Amino acid sequence: MMTIKTWITHVVLGVLVLAIPGYAKDIKLLNVSYDPTRELYQEFNKAFAAYWKEKTGDTVVINQSHGGAGKQARAVIDGLEADVVTLALAYDIDAIAEKAKLFPKTWQSRLPNNSSPYTSTIVFLVRKGNPKQIKDWDDLIKPGVWIITPNPKTSGGARWNYLAAWAFALEQYKIQHPDQKDAEKSGEADAYSREFVAKIFKNVPVLDSGARGSTTTFVQREIGDVFLSWENEAFLAIKEFGADKFEIVIPSLSILAEPPVTVVDKVVDRRGTREVAQAYLEFLYSEKGQDIAARNFYRPRLESVAKKYAEQFPKVKMITIDAVFGGWQKAQKRHFDDGGVFDQIYGIK
Amino acid sequence: MGLNNQLINQGEAGRPTCTMKIRNKPTNILPGFGLTLGFSAFYLCLIVLIPLSALFVSALRMDANEFWETITSPRVLASYRLTFGASFAAAIINAVFGLLVAWVLVRYRFAGRKLIDAMVDLPFALPTAVAGIALTTIYAPNGWMGRLLAPLGIKVAFTPLGIMIALTFIGLPFVVRTVQPVLEDLGTEIEEAAASLGATPFQAFRRVLFPELLPSLLTGFALAFARALGEYGSVVFIAGNMPMKTEITPLLIITKLEQYDYAGATAIAVVMLVLSFILLLTINLLQRWAQRSRQCQ
Repeated sequence: MMTIKTWITHVVLGVLVLAIPGYAKDIKLLNVSYDPTRELYQEFNKAFAAYWKEKTGDTVVINQSHGGAGKQARAVIDGLEADVVTLALAYDIDAIAEKAKLFPKTWQSRLPNNSSPYTSTIVFLVRKGNPKQIKDWDDLIKPGVWIITPNPKTSGGARWNYLAAWAFALEQYKIQHPDQKDAEKSGEADAYSREFVAKIFKNVPVLDSGARGSTTTFVQREIGDVFLSWENEAFLAIKEFGADKFEIVIPSLSILAEPPVTVVDKVVDRRGTREVAQAYLEFLYSEKGQDIAARNFYRPRLESVAKKYAEQFPKVKMITIDAVFGGWQKAQKRHFDDGGVFDQIYGIK
Repeated sequence: MGLNNQLINQGEAGRPTCTMKIRNKPTNILPGFGLTLGFSAFYLCLIVLIPLSALFVSALRMDANEFWETITSPRVLASYRLTFGASFAAAIINAVFGLLVAWVLVRYRFAGRKLIDAMVDLPFALPTAVAGIALTTIYAPNGWMGRLLAPLGIKVAFTPLGIMIALTFIGLPFVVRTVQPVLEDLGTEIEEAAASLGATPFQAFRRVLFPELLPSLLTGFALAFARALGEYGSVVFIAGNMPMKTEITPLLIITKLEQYDYAGATAIAVVMLVLSFILLLTINLLQRWAQRSRQCQ
C-alpha cells in the first residue's frame, strides 16, 4: 500500500510535469470545438500561430478537440481543460456556465455579434436535378418526400433544422392571415406550426444521432430525397462527394445559425493563458480569420469579406432564435426537453 | 421437505462421491490467501464498485417520485423492451450458432481453419462504430443484402431486426471462446463410448455431450447477453433511432445527457444496472445448477 507521503509525492510530481510547459516559451492552447469545424480550425490555427509569433515572438501550439457539441460541452463540464470553447449553439455553452461555473452567464455579450464570429444557415441538399422538385419548406410536407435529419434530441445541429421549419410555418401563417394583428403570437399560429413540423417529421424515415450519421444515410445509403443540413456541411458534402451528385436548394426563409465562442475564464486564469486565448478569439473577427471562415463555408460577419464571397453565399431571409423563440434556453425547454413539443409530435407525453 | 430428503438420500445411495464433493469445505493449501483476496477486493472496488456507486449517488439526487416517473415513462419502457428483447434474442442466436462454430473448429481439420478461428475474434477488435457502419451499409435498402431482402418485404436496417443483427455480431466471440476449450478437453472417446453402448448420435449429444457443454454455453450466453445490453456504438447506426420504435436504452441515456439531465440519465442507468445484475445472477445460478447436476451424473 502506498503511504500518504508517497501519494503526495506522486501528485506533486504529476502537477509539476503538467506545469512545465507553462514555464517554457511554448504556449499551449486547447480549443474544444464540435465536429464540422475540423477543417476550419486546422487552417485558422496555423494562421493564428504565425500571427502570434510575429506579434509577440512566442510559439503557440493549439490543440483541437472535436466531437458532438453536447458531448464536448459535457467534457468541459467534467473537467477537460479547455482554454476556449467554440461550439454549435449557445445552449451548450450556457450549460458550461451554469453547471461548471467556469465563466459568467453573460458570456455571450463579451464578444461582438453574440460572440459568433461566423454564421451559417439551414439549407436543403437534394439529389442532382432535384427530381422531387423541392424548392421550399412546404414541399417537405408532401407525402412521398423523404427527409433526412438527425434527431433534435441528440444533435444540436438538428435543433436548428426543426426551429427553421417552425419559423417558416409561423411566417406562412402570418402571410395567410394578413388582417390578424400579431398573427405569429396567436395560439392558432402555434398550432399551425406544430402541425407543419409534425408533418415534416412524418416524412423522416431515420433519425440518426448526429449530423455526420445523417450525411452517411443520405449520401452513402441513398435514403431520402432531401437532407436538412447546415450550409457549410452541405458545401462540404458537395466538395467531398461531387457536384454531379447533389445540389443545394436555398429555401425562402431560414434561420441564422450562430455557433458561438468564448474564453473559459477559470481555465485561462489558472493556466495564465488569458491574453493569448482572448487574442485567438479576436483573430477570428479579423479580416484574415473571416476569410478563412468563408473559405471553409461559414458565412463571414465582416462586410468586406462577405462581399468577396457574395457569390458563394446567396442572400437568404433569416430569422434569429432570439427574435422568434426568445433564445436557446426557452426554445430547448419548450421544444426539445423530455415531454416537449418534439416528444409530443411522436406521441410521447 | 420429504421430497428433498428423498432426493438427497437417493444421491447418497447411488452416487456417494457427489454429495461428498459438494459438502467438502475448501481448505487453503496455497499460501497468500489473505493478501490476494485483499488485493482482489481493493482492485474490484477501485475499478468497478466506486464508479458504479457514483452512479447511484448521482441518481439519488432525484426524489422518489421523479425517479419513478423517469424510469417508467412510456418511451423508456419501450426502450427496455427493445434492448432486453433484442439482446436476449441475439444471445440465443449466438448460443446456437456459436456452439456450431466451436464444434466445427474443434472437431474437424480443414484448410483455412486457423483463419476462421482468428476471424471469430474480429468483432472484439473492431471499433463498434465501424461494425455499425459496415452492417448498415450491407443491410440498408441499397446495400447488397438489403437489396436482396427488400423485394421479399424484409426490412433490416432501421428496424428492431437490424438491432438484433448488430448485437449478434458483437456477441459472437463470447460463446465460441467459452465453449471451445471445454469441447477440446472433451475428446471423442466419450461419444464413442456412448455409441458403443447403443446410443444414437442424437442421444449421445443430448445425454452425454450437451450436459458437459451446458455450463460453458451458459457463461458464453451470459457474456454475450450482457455485452449486448450495454452496446451503443454499433446499434445507433443501424437502429434508425425512431422514438418508441427503435430507441435502445443507452440512446435514451445519451439523450438525457444531451439535455444536461445528469440525474435522469443516471436513473435509467441504475435501472439497467440492477436489471442486468439480476439477470446475470440468475444465469450464474443456472450455470451452477447445471454444473452440479453434471457432477452428479
